Amino acid sequence: MADTVETHGNKADLAGLIKKSAEGTRSPEDTVLVWPHLVYIELISILFATAVLLFLSIVSPAPLEELAGADTTPNPTKAPWYFLGLQELLVFFDPWLAGMVLPSMIIVGLIIIPYVDPNPNGKGYYTFSERKFSMLGFSFGLALWYILIVIGVWFRGLDWSWYWPWSDWHVHMSVTAVKLVDMEILIQDLLGMSPDPVVTFGRYAMTSANIVTWVLFLGYFAVGFTIPFLFLRSFFNKLGLIRYNLVMFFFLSMCGVPLKMFLRLALNIKYVLVTPWFKI
Amino acid sequence: MLDKIRALITGTQVFRSIFRHGYPDNDANRALVMFSNVLLHLHPVRVRRGALKIRFTWCLGGLTFFFFILLAITGVFLMFYYVPDTRRAYNDIKDLGTVVYFGDLFRNMHRWSAHAMVLSVWLHMTRVFFTGSYKPPREFNWVVGVILLVLTLILSWTGYLLPWDQLAFWAVTVGSKMAEATPFLGSAGPFGPELGMGPENDNRFLLLGGTMVGQSALLRFYVLHCLGLPLIAAIFMAVHFWRIRKDGFSGPL
Repeated sequence: MADTVETHGNKADLAGLIKKSAEGTRSPEDTVLVWPHLVYIELISILFATAVLLFLSIVSPAPLEELAGADTTPNPTKAPWYFLGLQELLVFFDPWLAGMVLPSMIIVGLIIIPYVDPNPNGKGYYTFSERKFSMLGFSFGLALWYILIVIGVWFRGLDWSWYWPWSDWHVHMSVTAVKLVDMEILIQDLLGMSPDPVVTFGRYAMTSANIVTWVLFLGYFAVGFTIPFLFLRSFFNKLGLIRYNLVMFFFLSMCGVPLKMFLRLALNIKYVLVTPWFKI
Repeated sequence: MLDKIRALITGTQVFRSIFRHGYPDNDANRALVMFSNVLLHLHPVRVRRGALKIRFTWCLGGLTFFFFILLAITGVFLMFYYVPDTRRAYNDIKDLGTVVYFGDLFRNMHRWSAHAMVLSVWLHMTRVFFTGSYKPPREFNWVVGVILLVLTLILSWTGYLLPWDQLAFWAVTVGSKMAEATPFLGSAGPFGPELGMGPENDNRFLLLGGTMVGQSALLRFYVLHCLGLPLIAAIFMAVHFWRIRKDGFSGPL
């Protein structure tokens, strides 16, 4: 009876089977029937997951605070935990970057991954040595994402100040008067530059220090794009021009996030680049 | 005796119209059950022995799908008792804990499943990356997966508003403040005002149906959470699963 039943799935499967056997990756004696061998693993994992969820539901019920009211703002106001990494970025970036542009870049960056990774190795098995750059790059972004979430969930209390688990979370942290300063002001004072505008585009009066910050900002990308091109030519050759530029743009932007965080924490820099329309 | 009863039941026209195969205790029927059951049909008939290795997939994709189903079931139950009206919503949620039998359990299950789904979809993506399973010919399925990941987050976030408590209200207020800061489209974003975006015509207004989180926002989030987004997610899931069958498994599967 099995011979008479032919579904589209069956045919495709047979074709795939033949192709794969030809490649030597799959032979009939290596295979087992999905029913019961795989189906029961699925059943057990489902039952296990259900048991865990039931347990959690009983020991840790969903919270319900007071009725929503626009006149009482809780302190701190926290987003759901999975967005707390982005909310933590608000300490270092303006909302248009932390809330919109960076998340959009994460999504687009993830989407293009399969199209910018020409490395044929490491398909279908865990390996680090055969694809070091992509594994490191991805893990770096992942670590950044999770660390920021952990900070947002467990280390941010009243006024979004830093609280240790052993701190008293009901008392406001004494606000140490950290004076944040824009990088262009820092440069202006450091190099004794004139605060008068050099060039003016409508609302935008560029001082010479402001031009220096543009040079530094674009220079970060320019140098970042150039170094692998000069010293790791095989990396560039493997990727080709378009893939290389995409990879480097997203990679450098990703590295720029902790870099800006460092500048803010170490040098109290508020913005590295200031224009009348946007600040970075 | 038992065999006789079994033959009597399985021999009826009704039974035969539903099940096109015998009890799957021999290889022919075990293959047939995969062909003739629409849900099991997501699987191939045979897989390589390595597919049984839990340490390759960690069952993460399957579990994510399972959490989605669990969310749909508990969600439908919650919909029976919940009205998206700012004057009622909060009390409806309260009633789940005090008036409705097992109401709290269903709400807690819904919440934990949502957390679990967000986490498992992230871990699933991480696993797929680490095993290089996005590489040709599976590039497009990775793209579909990223879209599903974003949909999962938006689904969870829209559900966050529904209890209409302080937690919900302010989390969504913070979130929608971000929308306001969108370049070009938001009234507080770069080049937004230059393009004529104000609080009453920007993308935050579109999201909330008003200038602040209120009745319109609650209704929009409710409809998106219960109908719009699950429907879109289901379509993408169908494509996602179908592509796995068409492209084949990457690993020892």
